[in-house]
Amino acid sequence: MLELTRITAGYDPRDPVVRDASLTIAPGESVGLLGPSGCGKSTLAKVAALLHRPDAGTVVLDGRPVRGWRHGAPRAQRTAVGVVFQQPRLSADPRLSLRELIAQPLRATGRRAEVTDRVAELAPAVGLTAELLNRRPHEVSDGQLQRACLARALVLRPRWLICDEMTAMLDASTTAALVAVVEAYRRESGAGLLAVGHDRVLLERWCDRTVGWQGISGRVATQESMSPTG
Amino acid sequence: MKPTPDPQTPDPQTPDPQTPVLSVRGLSVRFRMRGGRHIAAVSDACFDLAAGECLALVGESGCGKSVLASALLGLLPGNAQTEGSAVLGDGTDLLTADERTLARTVRGRRIGLVPQSPAAHLTPVRTVRAQLEETLRELTGIRKPALRAAAEQAAARAAFPAGHLDRYPHELSGGLAQRAATALALIGDAPLLLADEPTTGLDRDLVERTVDELRRHTDGGRALLIITHDLAAAERIADRVAVMYAGRIVELAEADRFFGEPGPRHPYARGLLDALPERAFAPIPGMPPELGALPDGCAFAARCSRADDRCSAPPPFDGHLACHHGVRAGTEESAHA
Ligand code: SF4
Repeated sequence: MLELTRITAGYDPRDPVVRDASLTIAPGESVGLLGPSGCGKSTLAKVAALLHRPDAGTVVLDGRPVRGWRHGAPRAQRTAVGVVFQQPRLSADPRLSLRELIAQPLRATGRRAEVTDRVAELAPAVGLTAELLNRRPHEVSDGQLQRACLARALVLRPRWLICDEMTAMLDASTTAALVAVVEAYRRESGAGLLAVGHDRVLLERWCDRTVGWQGISGRVATQESMSPTG
Repeated sequence: MKPTPDPQTPDPQTPDPQTPVLSVRGLSVRFRMRGGRHIAAVSDACFDLAAGECLALVGESGCGKSVLASALLGLLPGNAQTEGSAVLGDGTDLLTADERTLARTVRGRRIGLVPQSPAAHLTPVRTVRAQLEETLRELTGIRKPALRAAAEQAAARAAFPAGHLDRYPHELSGGLAQRAATALALIGDAPLLLADEPTTGLDRDLVERTVDELRRHTDGGRALLIITHDLAAAERIADRVAVMYAGRIVELAEADRFFGEPGPRHPYARGLLDALPERAFAPIPGMPPELGALPDGCAFAARCSRADDRCSAPPPFDGHLACHHGVRAGTEESAHA
């Protein structure tokens, strides 16, 4: 289980973007979290990915409470969660080739020996050719880079996947292709999924169930950026 | 040129219905790369755009549609070579006009640009009011004290609330930033609006509101070229759709026939629609070819279930379709059957 209980989080403790939000995902389950941009759902996704320490609330991952975040999280917990963000350019080191990018988590966890096999397995699954693997981020399209970022998220075989607006910048065919990769991985591994997005049609097609941001939040943030008309 | 500026008039000059607002013929853009390589970003694009009409140029990122937009605005980098013509209603050829002409008489005045990321397009350190006033001064010659009212009218045309005029761009929601950018684009009463991915990153209801507002300005007599990878936005706003693949327009169709019955005729366009989550949600296999290494024949052949020997020769574009085996109008047959 991935259990987020009464999470309050944000960047300014006086004005948190996530207030008292709770969400539980069962093993193998896929949950779509639907909300408008700026509502705080990306921050909650970062909390779920152990990348952002909440101000209050608890995260329990497969029965163990999470006590450390980012590099402070124990390796076993950190590697249990794979994450893909909306903007691949912001999350990809521009100096690395796509091959190195995909292999990064293996190297960071001392599993260099697996690099060749894992990359050889994942590259065709996400649709990257050997030639593309040698290129750097600025030499590929957003869609190709996002394919590499998805492969990176899967390289450690996580039990949980967090996809935060993974396809918001992509065309329809690349979107369908990346979702198919995630679903193939989940079928084979039994991993659970939290897919965060603003596209109801997409999330409802993709996930077992879709929850609205307001439905999981104790109190809805009232900041200006939430309202479409300002 | 527009004589006396009047910010109260919402519509551009009455267009001559005979002349298209924009006529693009044989437009190609090539980038010279190191080592003598060339990238054919746009090849032989042809289309017309009339007043009151919206054409949506759709395709995935890297298909050349944004390069085409940059070519129309004269904003291509130095290593770009262009061919063909892109003529405005007044006879200006955008491909041969010099930068001075483009800057003084075209951008803002003949073509209003609704940018891709409005927050980035707006000047961060100046309020929306200051930016509207500056653009009004520049494009219409209005001076104080009339400027304040004119800025408020300009904001109102794009449904930007007057109460937010003294805010800075970072204080605006995505939707309001988009409206501020649209207000700026409308100031010069340009007969042609060019919207480059205006809905990227916006929520669905904001996408709909943004395109509905753009549609309203089109119905007011402007021509609108919207460049987007968002097919739902294109369906909502466009009269006609041009599908680009690997730098070429491969299909140009009436929007209702394209999105409804009988559907697209080009196998790529059919695949793109089939990929939508509200349809089959099935990706097109493979990826587009590199623009620097295009095959000799049809660029879609490697991914196309209809490809055969004929497809090793490039399919010519007949004004509607570039495909040797397009789906015939009126058949139910799917390219992916
Ligand atoms: S020309 Fe041939 S390969 Fe190209 S889209 Fe048509 S059928 Fe497919």
